[in-house]
Amino acid sequence: MPAVANAKALNIDVIYVQQSSNQAAQPLLLKKTPGNLTIAGAELAIKDSNTTGRFLKHQYSLSGVTGDNSEEIVAALKQRLNGQPAILLTDLPTTTLKVVADLALANSSVIINAGEADNNLRVSQCRGGLLHTLASRAMLTDAMAQFFMARRWREWFVISGESDADKAYAESINRSAKRFGAKITEQKTWSFDTDLRRSAQREVPLFTQGEDYDVVLVADESDLFGNYIPNNTWLPRPVSGTHGLTPTTWHWALEQWGATQLQNRFYEQFGREMLDKDYAGWLAVRSISEAVTRTQSNDPKALYSYLMSNDFELAAFKGRKLSFRPWNGQLRQPIPLVHPKGLTSLSPQEGYLHPSTDLDTLGFDKPESRCDMAY
Amino acid sequence: MRLLVLAAGLLTALVSQAEVAYVSNEKSDTLTLIDVDKLEVIDTLEVGMRPRGIIFSQDYKYLYICASESDAVQVMDLATHKVIHNLPSGEDPEQFALHPNNRHLYIANEDSAVVTVVDTVDRTVIAQIDVGIEPEGMAVSPDGKWVINTSETTNMLHWIDASTHELVDNTLVDQRPRHVEFSKSGEKVWASAEIGGTVDVIDTASRELIKKITFKIPGVHRDKIQPVGIKLTDDGKYAFVALGPANHVAVIDASTYEVLDYLLVGRRVWQLAFAKEQSLLFTTNGVSGDVSVIDVEDLKVIKTIKAGRYPWGVVVKP
Repeated sequence: MPAVANAKALNIDVIYVQQSSNQAAQPLLLKKTPGNLTIAGAELAIKDSNTTGRFLKHQYSLSGVTGDNSEEIVAALKQRLNGQPAILLTDLPTTTLKVVADLALANSSVIINAGEADNNLRVSQCRGGLLHTLASRAMLTDAMAQFFMARRWREWFVISGESDADKAYAESINRSAKRFGAKITEQKTWSFDTDLRRSAQREVPLFTQGEDYDVVLVADESDLFGNYIPNNTWLPRPVSGTHGLTPTTWHWALEQWGATQLQNRFYEQFGREMLDKDYAGWLAVRSISEAVTRTQSNDPKALYSYLMSNDFELAAFKGRKLSFRPWNGQLRQPIPLVHPKGLTSLSPQEGYLHPSTDLDTLGFDKPESRCDMAY
Repeated sequence: MRLLVLAAGLLTALVSQAEVAYVSNEKSDTLTLIDVDKLEVIDTLEVGMRPRGIIFSQDYKYLYICASESDAVQVMDLATHKVIHNLPSGEDPEQFALHPNNRHLYIANEDSAVVTVVDTVDRTVIAQIDVGIEPEGMAVSPDGKWVINTSETTNMLHWIDASTHELVDNTLVDQRPRHVEFSKSGEKVWASAEIGGTVDVIDTASRELIKKITFKIPGVHRDKIQPVGIKLTDDGKYAFVALGPANHVAVIDASTYEVLDYLLVGRRVWQLAFAKEQSLLFTTNGVSGDVSVIDVEDLKVIKTIKAGRYPWGVVVKP
């Protein structure tokens, strides 16, 4: 296979760091979370990158460091890194990601977070060397809010679960409401500990009685009650959020802009649909390989500088080029609004303008971020 | 004198029929036929599923149709407008190019990262060449020596030696290269990068970049400027570039590479074809479901013609 002139042979090893508890819980046991969520996307991107790499003498590989808790992971990673800079792709909860970052960034590694949507990682706990390809909760709720405002659904009834993740999602909804001028007519916490499967039709209408609202927003990231809200609300209103009409980084129903080809490749390799974290994993490895292709380097620091520069742009089946926000390392991207079997809309919605790019109307803009991105 | 003109007119009418533009409609699985003199739709033909790339054989006896979701290249007899057979095409054919020998068809198989070479006479696959991810654009140099394929996710032009069917070189371009076009002499290659928003002009002999062309349309965000189809006039004067969701066709001075003008056409403009000895240019506008007609001399859009759903490719039979 002939290579591009002057191509320098390079090996690029991506280390995949995953905490098993970061995989979504499966409380109701019917809908399974795939065991290879996130990593499947990364594996596909490694394959894609090697197809490109053979023309450039670049060889990509993926190896894993996994554990049940942060102690296990840090111990294993320490041994693995041995003080050397590395390229890390993580699917970790914030607490573990922070200690992993302390360890790895000390040796000028680059870390791409493909598994944690935590807003704090984009506002106060961002740092130089740490990038995010999964959309933040703020990007998701902003995408949803823009759609509601376009539809003139200005009055929201919010139901949140009790977990930290649910509270974070509900907080993000509140932020979006303020940002786009919606009114939250009522905010309730779902604290029932019963299994709703046999009683939703009786309980949910009573729970959702109240001042008139245009839409019910659900914050239930672990699927404890959200599935029983649509079509059971007191007023006949749409349901959105973690259930019903859902903003997400990726969905199998996307077919525009060549997305069919990516969906087909993924399905062919793994026999299942591509989920949001799979796409974030794919984006992480593709971003790295794009940087390797353009810089002809496998040095993590050089790759990070390129990824954060104005030169980096990535075609990723969302109809426009994607790039990283220099103030917090978040990948800018359009956000699809989906229902279980199809696409309803894609935000940013028309009319939401921004001095540099309308993609920055989703999530935390430069003035909102309080991070020191020194690297 | 008047008699002479009349006689000449009569003669033309006798020997030549009106030119016809064939437009493939990706989502209605049809071809729309347009009379180029009257600029009116004269027929709609049903073809295979998701027709995209279309080209004529050099003698205009046949039309080759990439029916992507039928996994086939269909061959239509232009005398009868019947599909007479399918060629083995590999999976998901999207675009293709015909060698000047009028026999070898080079097909980009988008789903399987290969270019398939088909002998249109024997109807056999004579070679499959591994290329990058999502092969798309295809072109053969006028002298028949080079075949170029673009791969949309690998972001390269792949140079294939037409005599050996070996891939011999690769040129890195911007994000999502969609289309390649040789200049009439074959000395230059024009390649569009849809997501990168650029057109590269490359020297064929050295395979070095001569010029990277960028676009700027007032009131249109740069991310929406997504170049796809390219056509060059034979006199070397103009290059036309379809700019996708920017809904404009760029007019470029083909010698200085300066962008001279942007012509407003229908929504999501993708492919282009000349008609009437390059005095007209047809554009396929996917989202608005129509075809715009540009007067090449005046650089003005003179007509919009309704086509099927998501018109994709266009070719004109003289």
